[in-house]
Amino acid sequence: MGGDEDRGGLLYGPQPDVAGAAGYPDAPPRMGFFTDTSVCIGCKACEVACKEWNAVPEDGLELTGMSYDNTQGLGADTWRHVAFIEQRKPFGGQEPGVAHDDVDVFAAAARLGTDAGSPGPGSTAPPPGQAPAGAPAGRISPLSPDGRTELRWLMASDVCKHCTHAACLDVCPTGALFRTEFGTVVVQEDVCNGCGYCVPACPYGVIDQREDDGRVWKCTLCYDRLGAGMEPACAKSCPTESIQFGPLEELRERARARVAQLHAAGVPDARLYGESPDDGVGGDGAFFLLLDEPEVYGLPPDPVVTTRDLPDMWRHAALAALSLAALAAGSFVRRPR
Amino acid sequence: MAECHPVGFQWVMEAKARGAKVIHVDPRFTRTSALADLHVPLRAGSDIAFLGGIIHYVLEREKYFRDYIVAYSNAPVILREDFGDTEDLGGVFSGLDAAGRRYDNGSWQYEGTEMQAASGQRDTEYDKRTGGDGSLTEAARGEAHGSGGAVIGEGEVERDETLTHPRCVFQVLKRHYARYTPEMVEQVCGVPQDLFRQVCELVTENSGRERTTAFAYAVGWTQHTVGTQYIRAAAILQTLLGNIGRPGGGILALRGHASIQGSTDIPTLFNLLPGYIPMPYAHRNEDLDAFVEAEAAHKGYWGNMRSYLVSLLKAYWGDAATAENDFCFDYLPRLTGSHSAYETTMAQLEGVCKGYFLVGENPAVGNANAKLMRLGMANLDWLVVRDFSLIESATWWKDGPEIETGELRTRDIRTEVFFLPAAAHTEKDGSFTNTQRLLQWHHQAVEPPGEARSDLWFAYHLGRRIREKLAGSTDPMDRPVLDLAWDYPTRGRHAEPDAEAVLAEINGRDAEGRPLSSYEQLEPDGSTSCGCWIYCGVYADGVNQAARRRPGREQDWVAAEWAWAWPANRRILYNRASADPEGRPWSERKALVWWDPDKGEWSGHDVPDFKKDKSPGHRPPEDATGPQALSGTDAFVMQADGKAWLYVPSGLTDGPLPAHYEPQDSPFPNLLYDQQRNPVRQLLSPHPDNRYQPSGDEPGSQVFPYVATTYRLTEHHTAGGMSRWQPYLAELQPEFFCEVSPELAAERNLEHTGWATIVSARGVIEARVLVTDRVAPLTVHGRRLHQVGLPYHWGPNGYSTGDAANELLHLSLDPNTHIQEAKAFAVDIRPGRRPRGPASVELVRAYRARAGIDERTGTEP
Repeated sequence: MGGDEDRGGLLYGPQPDVAGAAGYPDAPPRMGFFTDTSVCIGCKACEVACKEWNAVPEDGLELTGMSYDNTQGLGADTWRHVAFIEQRKPFGGQEPGVAHDDVDVFAAAARLGTDAGSPGPGSTAPPPGQAPAGAPAGRISPLSPDGRTELRWLMASDVCKHCTHAACLDVCPTGALFRTEFGTVVVQEDVCNGCGYCVPACPYGVIDQREDDGRVWKCTLCYDRLGAGMEPACAKSCPTESIQFGPLEELRERARARVAQLHAAGVPDARLYGESPDDGVGGDGAFFLLLDEPEVYGLPPDPVVTTRDLPDMWRHAALAALSLAALAAGSFVRRPR
Repeated sequence: MAECHPVGFQWVMEAKARGAKVIHVDPRFTRTSALADLHVPLRAGSDIAFLGGIIHYVLEREKYFRDYIVAYSNAPVILREDFGDTEDLGGVFSGLDAAGRRYDNGSWQYEGTEMQAASGQRDTEYDKRTGGDGSLTEAARGEAHGSGGAVIGEGEVERDETLTHPRCVFQVLKRHYARYTPEMVEQVCGVPQDLFRQVCELVTENSGRERTTAFAYAVGWTQHTVGTQYIRAAAILQTLLGNIGRPGGGILALRGHASIQGSTDIPTLFNLLPGYIPMPYAHRNEDLDAFVEAEAAHKGYWGNMRSYLVSLLKAYWGDAATAENDFCFDYLPRLTGSHSAYETTMAQLEGVCKGYFLVGENPAVGNANAKLMRLGMANLDWLVVRDFSLIESATWWKDGPEIETGELRTRDIRTEVFFLPAAAHTEKDGSFTNTQRLLQWHHQAVEPPGEARSDLWFAYHLGRRIREKLAGSTDPMDRPVLDLAWDYPTRGRHAEPDAEAVLAEINGRDAEGRPLSSYEQLEPDGSTSCGCWIYCGVYADGVNQAARRRPGREQDWVAAEWAWAWPANRRILYNRASADPEGRPWSERKALVWWDPDKGEWSGHDVPDFKKDKSPGHRPPEDATGPQALSGTDAFVMQADGKAWLYVPSGLTDGPLPAHYEPQDSPFPNLLYDQQRNPVRQLLSPHPDNRYQPSGDEPGSQVFPYVATTYRLTEHHTAGGMSRWQPYLAELQPEFFCEVSPELAAERNLEHTGWATIVSARGVIEARVLVTDRVAPLTVHGRRLHQVGLPYHWGPNGYSTGDAANELLHLSLDPNTHIQEAKAFAVDIRPGRRPRGPASVELVRAYRARAGIDERTGTEP
């Protein structure tokens, strides 16, 4: 680990200034996605908007039988993927109540109540996620007519994680993969030579080679849109704000509050995934709120940047080379005359 | 709603975020259920029993909003002595002519008077009112169900505000729903009593002075032989609970397309003119005065129908419409009967209808009994299809299923088919009217490619060319076309008509040509013109109000400056009911509009749906008519009596109160009444490809033991014309599939992702199988029922293909709306692919033989 500190957290561990470390002076705040799967309705607008904006090719008509998921997973031709998981677990697992920091309804409603002589419904609007006083007790017992007491349908939109320590980028020999000023990781299609080193390097199995041209493709976090001050296509199209785009620090704060809210609402399974800078990739630029174990969604439980051990490996390699040299030298020394 | 209206569902999520509880009632567990607090699976086709059960709960436990219903509904009104309810007559209402499959609604009237329905079947009183000679043609009889009863105005209604008179609407309602007990709901719908109780508690606890509950529905409620009565049941419930005309309340019809609301406001329906003015029937010697006399309600805003109609005629025929020629009233076509889509198909089969326009519609996939639709088209002289792609309705003559089975041969088909590519909404200007009656303008983003043109371009230039061809004609038959005001400005290299000029015409103008701002300005003397009276004001001050896009955060919560809602930019209809009879909000929390005694006018957040200076205490003089006849507490201003109707004395063909009848094809007998099916459902003339199935305990009914329902998926759009050709959408749901429970899969050896063959008396289709817990078996009538889910998007053309679920459906229609019963029918399902060619026809024949089906099966009253 000492080697990482020497490198200023370039390969492992927390890295608060990922763009700065990549050589951008005065970089804008790091941008990312917070995908709150507890409000995802599985409409797949993100998948279609992504393909439309980025001209990603259609990649085959296959009825998989995996619930409504016929996309199957992220790849060269799928940069957003909505997973559908049917479970025999209690109803009500998905809970809305997401705070819309930048959305008007609550503010407008609250404003209304403060106006004199304006006794509108907004005047007594409760804060988001809380039942207003006098609301129905609403005791809801999970019960299904055939005696099955458990059924829940999880939906979650997956995407490239834009890791703090991106192994794909670290192993790229051509410089086709680069860190943007927004802290995201992007492939330059005109530089990539199709060597494919990055493919096994990704701990999430995201980056992938396109069959017909051999080059690798993945989510750019709509680098072109970001540069023009627009949000990524998937976040723009999401009707329920399951996909939220913004400065990563803000998103992390919002996400932690959301988890607390869900825990308070009796959803103990709610947890964040990829949010912590202390995890194996130094935290994801695109992180998630999940309602079950990551494996349920097809996500690795404890991803580690595959280049974490690179310094150690080099040290070991150097040591090994040294030993071999010493051994060789020794053999000369000890050679009987 | 999340499944088919994901964009609208964001507001449900907003409501949930503010503490709202969401209940989802659906045979399947859908994407909506996944986000709901409570999912209630029920047997498809049993919703009146379910809603009737809630009505029973509300009445039994006195959970209704008493002050609201006494003031604003017809609950206190006393009915005639000769009215007979289903309780008295074994499941039917008085006035039934069983053989003629029609009701005479004379006995349904209020004691002492007779009402004209505000909308719907309004021609019912023509003879009485005009002293006519019974000239309705034989063909129109189905619409002309009413003839008895006193003419309106002969007496005041009798009221009992204590609601205790045995013949008052409230008491009739109580008796009618007494049998809709939780036990009955469990038996009929398959909803366990505990689950049902939770629904009743959630709905009633969330209604009253302080709180309101909204109902949202889509075609899962309308596509039944009793579809209109489904909505009526919800209307009764919402009225009892005081949830109409108030913020957070209402009954919201989720539409199937972006502007279905718009296409009923300015209708593509055979029996309506713009703004819900009825289309005239072919009565002898009916002039404008006689029409208005027969159709207009004498009280309420429909009393001004003459102003609306004359202004419409002025918009159609301009200077040619004068007082001397009755404003060209005689130019309007006349109805000789019902000419709904399915009756038009039958007319094609009979050789009566010879030409057909299909504009953005794919009946060869999207209509019930798709085969019959194709056979009808194969009997036409000409067919025009305007669509984005070569949909099945444009190519059935060369590659349709009947070509494969040998039932049709291309060389024998004499129909000349024209395909004209259509422009998409992004390629033209125009407006969408959504379910909230909100007109939202969209601007053209790009020119349409190639020969694609907008529908407006097509209609305008078609009319222009026809008029050129007819120019100089002296045939009086051509006058209505030649006299049309057909002068729209065009622009661009394709001479695209200016859509805003059309909007301005719809809005209307005064005698000087200035844009009108309100339908209250419309005159009966021809000095104003208006293409659709309810849209009057959308172009007020010469500004396209529908194009307003002021963000919500810059406005109050009503957001009145986002687009424009008809009528008068009012966001909630009948909002006078949000205040008590004295004009004070029922509660501060739910205040919307209120009487301001200092200013002497109605005020509030929304535009009041009431005459601005009519005080709550106003009582009209006895001889008043139209809006002047409304009192200060007649909140339901479009109704002939100003009241919300718990009971419908006039306007419905199939009864004043909703009663549960089994679907046309049902594996179950009707537990609630001896009457199995809606006795006045609309059956079309017998056709070998439209056979009905035995139901309930009849022999052969168990040949089709499973209940099936059709629906949509988020990833596709209706009959697929807009989605199956799109690779990005096709790959998300690449193939037609059916959804079945693990239990049904085990019972019928169906394999996950394998093939299943599904059969009805009409057709056979194959589908891939999705085995899922989301389709749960139910216990109905004490036995286990399996349901089969069938998304109906697919057909043989396009990038993603599959059989059309609508091949299975029959034509047995709601008698009010002529809508098919696509949401509940009975099928058999078996493993494997269907037979090909003539063998598939043979399989259906064999099933019919096994079930003992002939042309009389299922046609009993």
